[in-house]
Amino acid sequence: MLKQIVEVKDISKYFGTVAAVDHISFTVWPGEVLGLLGPNGAGKTTTIQLLLGLTTLTHGQIEILGMDIKTKRNEILQRVNFSSAYISLPSNLTVYENLVVFAKLYGIRHYRNKIMELLEFFDLLHILNSRTGMLSTGQMTRLNLTKSFINDPEIIFLDEPTASLDPEVASRVREKLKKIQIEKNVSMIYTSHNMNEVELMCNRVLFIANGKNVLEGTPKEIKEKSGSLEDVFISIARATNFQINNCKDERL
Amino acid sequence: MISRITGILLRHLYLYQRSLVRWMELFFWPLMNLLLWGFLTYYLRNIEMPIAINYLIGAMILWDILYRSQQGITLSLTEEFWSKNIINIFITPIRTYELVIALCIIGFLKAFMTMGFLILISWYLYQFNLFDLGFSLAPFIGNLILFGWSIGMMTMSLVLRYGNAADAFIWGIPFLIQPISAVFYPVDVLPPFLKFCAYALPSTYIFEGMRTVLNEGVFNISLVYLSFCMNLLYLSAGAFYFSWMLRRVREKGLLSKTSIE
Ligand SMILES: Nc1ncnc2c1ncn2[C@@H]1O[C@H](COP(=O)(O)OP(=O)(O)OP(=O)(O)O)[C@@H](O)[C@H]1O
Ligand SMILES: [Mg+2]
Repeated sequence: MLKQIVEVKDISKYFGTVAAVDHISFTVWPGEVLGLLGPNGAGKTTTIQLLLGLTTLTHGQIEILGMDIKTKRNEILQRVNFSSAYISLPSNLTVYENLVVFAKLYGIRHYRNKIMELLEFFDLLHILNSRTGMLSTGQMTRLNLTKSFINDPEIIFLDEPTASLDPEVASRVREKLKKIQIEKNVSMIYTSHNMNEVELMCNRVLFIANGKNVLEGTPKEIKEKSGSLEDVFISIARATNFQINNCKDERL
Repeated sequence: MISRITGILLRHLYLYQRSLVRWMELFFWPLMNLLLWGFLTYYLRNIEMPIAINYLIGAMILWDILYRSQQGITLSLTEEFWSKNIINIFITPIRTYELVIALCIIGFLKAFMTMGFLILISWYLYQFNLFDLGFSLAPFIGNLILFGWSIGMMTMSLVLRYGNAADAFIWGIPFLIQPISAVFYPVDVLPPFLKFCAYALPSTYIFEGMRTVLNEGVFNISLVYLSFCMNLLYLSAGAFYFSWMLRRVREKGLLSKTSIE
């Protein structure tokens, strides 16, 4: 029987009175890539932070690989990983040194082979001994991804991994990601503001706005019902803005 | 556990393979400090001040141990913020105590290297031999490193909560402690209120102890013992404060805020 990799049950996160995440539920199945979409400030990053236990839940439950994030955080973290365009690695260490540090942190035994294999896959072998600070944005993105595969994770959370890449580099990164995702059958939760990318990468998407689930389905289903993903995105974003503006008006 | 601690150690030790600035931090600045106090002592000695003045050099070296130990752990965490690496570290299976152990080892290594270097130089230039402290030396050093760790944990917690805005604390707090802790003069010269503060700090007993050993050749083990007990208290307080702050930071979702965006 197929067992779900991630099971999110009715989670909320309040920052003071702001509901960044407001009663969201979803499931991720083995080998599935779930796109988490929504306008700026919708709660995508906060959701991922909650899944990683970087932020604590106000309400609800998260189970990853059958374990509760509240009680088994370390066991879960051993088997998941994360990458984002907004985080980085120490610029004064070399590419190889940085990866050794993380191999150690994940307790990888024969890490040299593992590192070489991944660097080769992400076309970084030639800059093995370069300082990380010298890398181009494209190389840095690939290095971040290399780091996030170092522990052979069963699920990877990617928060706008291709943000700030040029279209050609972004497309190469996507190809690599898709390839390794299929090879290793790893599940993913993927956020991006690029709808073409989402269509290429994701098996299923979940739109959220103002911290709430608004729409869920495969890209195909959504397109059949309501035109392109881009159109759906824009109408959701406009509806959200409309709501926010209305609330403001009421308060005035 | 060992692997994860080694991971953090490597992350910091790799830097010393090539960074001149980092070696300077360990050797050059402490050397400048030593030269300042050393020559002052040398001068005062020559104008027939009591030989007791010798302890200035000792005080300077011992102070540096405390300082390096505190800076070692706090700066190591601060660096993760600067390099936007903090999230990467906090999503590995490392446990809070493992991270703290690794950072304390870094603090210890820094303190130890600088100390060795200063001992050599002060012996060569000023014929000041820190080993004159004899058997008291090891417990003195040990206690100072422990106290450095406790202050380090507290400043590190502030870094976690306030990010780079906590800079002033990292650099400032040791120098808040320095005048009260009777590093360069006996507690006796302090006004009553500060005397009270001084005796609340484990480091005070060490600096007082050092002066008694150098001046009178008497080693009062009970003072060292007292200092050690206070250190255990401060260390638990520091560890408690750090884990409390980490919980608060998780609630407020600040780990991502200070470094992601
Ligand atoms: N630590 C925090 N403290 C207070 N408010 C926060 C915090 N983190 C996020 N928020 C708020 O929660 C909401 C959701 O933010 P989040 O970063 O999750 O959005 P997002 O969907 O990732 O947006 P973007 O597309 O811009 O990355 C926003 O209104 C944001 O201002
Ligand atoms: Mg975001």
